[in-house]
Amino acid sequence: MTETPDSKRDTADPRSAAMTASDVDVWFAREVLPLEAALMQFLQHHWRNRNDVEDLVQDVYVRIYEAAQKEIPEHPRKFLFTTARNLLIDRARRAQIIPIEALPDPETLDIAVDTPGPERNAIARDELRRLQEALDRLPARNREAVVLARIEGLTGREISQRMGLAEATVSHHLSNGIAALADMLYGDAPKDGGK
Amino acid sequence: MSDLPAREVKAAAADWFERRNFWNWTAESETAFTEWLNASLAHRAAYVRVEAAWKRTERLTVLKSSVRRPPQPAPRERNRFWFFGAAAATIAAAAIVGVTAYWPSAQPETQTYTTMVGGRETLALTDGTKIDLNTDTQLRTQITARERKVWLDKGEAYFQVKHDAAHPFVVIAGNHRVTDLGTKFVIRRDATKMEVALVEGRAQVDALNSKTNAPSVEMMPGDVVVATANRIETRKKPVAALSTDLSWRQGLLIFKRSTLADAAAQFNRYNREKLVIDESAAQLKIGGTFQSDNITDFAEVAREVLGVKIARHGDQTVISH
Repeated sequence: MTETPDSKRDTADPRSAAMTASDVDVWFAREVLPLEAALMQFLQHHWRNRNDVEDLVQDVYVRIYEAAQKEIPEHPRKFLFTTARNLLIDRARRAQIIPIEALPDPETLDIAVDTPGPERNAIARDELRRLQEALDRLPARNREAVVLARIEGLTGREISQRMGLAEATVSHHLSNGIAALADMLYGDAPKDGGK
Repeated sequence: MSDLPAREVKAAAADWFERRNFWNWTAESETAFTEWLNASLAHRAAYVRVEAAWKRTERLTVLKSSVRRPPQPAPRERNRFWFFGAAAATIAAAAIVGVTAYWPSAQPETQTYTTMVGGRETLALTDGTKIDLNTDTQLRTQITARERKVWLDKGEAYFQVKHDAAHPFVVIAGNHRVTDLGTKFVIRRDATKMEVALVEGRAQVDALNSKTNAPSVEMMPGDVVVATANRIETRKKPVAALSTDLSWRQGLLIFKRSTLADAAAQFNRYNREKLVIDESAAQLKIGGTFQSDNITDFAEVAREVLGVKIARHGDQTVISH
């Protein structure tokens, strides 16, 4: 039952048991983020409006964080998808968009959820290919800035000198590039661009 | 609970991350950042996510194919004088000869210093200059009251010159002369070219034979001068990259997106056992830090991250794809 995020906890003093923020961050990055692609698939499958998926992921993460700050869930995968499911139920109730019965019950959920995500069996080589593909898919200027920062280890100022661009422009390219990389590495952004 | 749209939060997180990591960052910036970070768990999750993604890309330093440059065939150098007999290597440690007196009274005395394949030595000259000799290097010194002169006959040496305006420090490498103006620099010489990289201070490079007609080159830190028989070229390199190039002083080879062909050429400078890279794998890229005397370790890493095949034939390790 500790796995049900919506279950009421009556901890005596939540702060005494609270994890420090950085513990949660580390846990979140290690256990939850690799499941993002699977989470998106799940949400796309069970939510009618695909444009909502990115925001739904954000809401799931907020709920996950809230829970994890009290206690780190033991089974991140199950916890994540249960949270996602409960979020969809809440949303469906509020918006009355889809009948609640259309949502997967926990039984079928477990099966759907246990399909290995792309990260699961990743070996070093696949990871490298994936990273490289992600890099290749960036717009040229973004990619150049990212390569200079990541691979050549240059600072923003050095990059702007190297590329002959204003610092604000380089900053923009870097920021865009990094955001897009994060989406590709975790969210596995859909081929159509996801807009 | 009412957060901004995820797209905007992600963009803001990337912005913060980028500004925090690549630009000037002040205490005020950190305060503003912390405020943003703590304003919402959505912010926190987005920031942790972008940070984790960036960390993941660290592996990109091991790259299979070039991102920016089109693949270019590496020049195949047959490093003739890098092949030494087994017997010769055993006396490597004994090869450093004597210490030169700084002010010899009569005629200039020449001292010769050599290292064998895989060897590495540090010379402390009496004038306070330090010279690190890399693998398979020969260097002669001639110190007189008027000038300090060194010949790099082959190999690679890193100079930390004690500046003395009255007695310039001159290194002669083949047809070229490097005159120190108070510096740290590294010179590498092989059969066809000489390469000088300036880490600190200033130096001047000129050609000794007038045929080339090349004007002398003033070097600034980060400059790399490549001189062949008939031309002198200057390139720029971040000083951080130069210090990577000097990792041999710690017995390390550090690669950042080197082709396997280039990496093997490096290893082969330090080892009598040779790495042979098949044409099929020559242009694959690899990065990382390796012991310069551990070919096996390097081959294992290449196999793991690049999926190459490894075969051993006698004292050759062959990598193919």
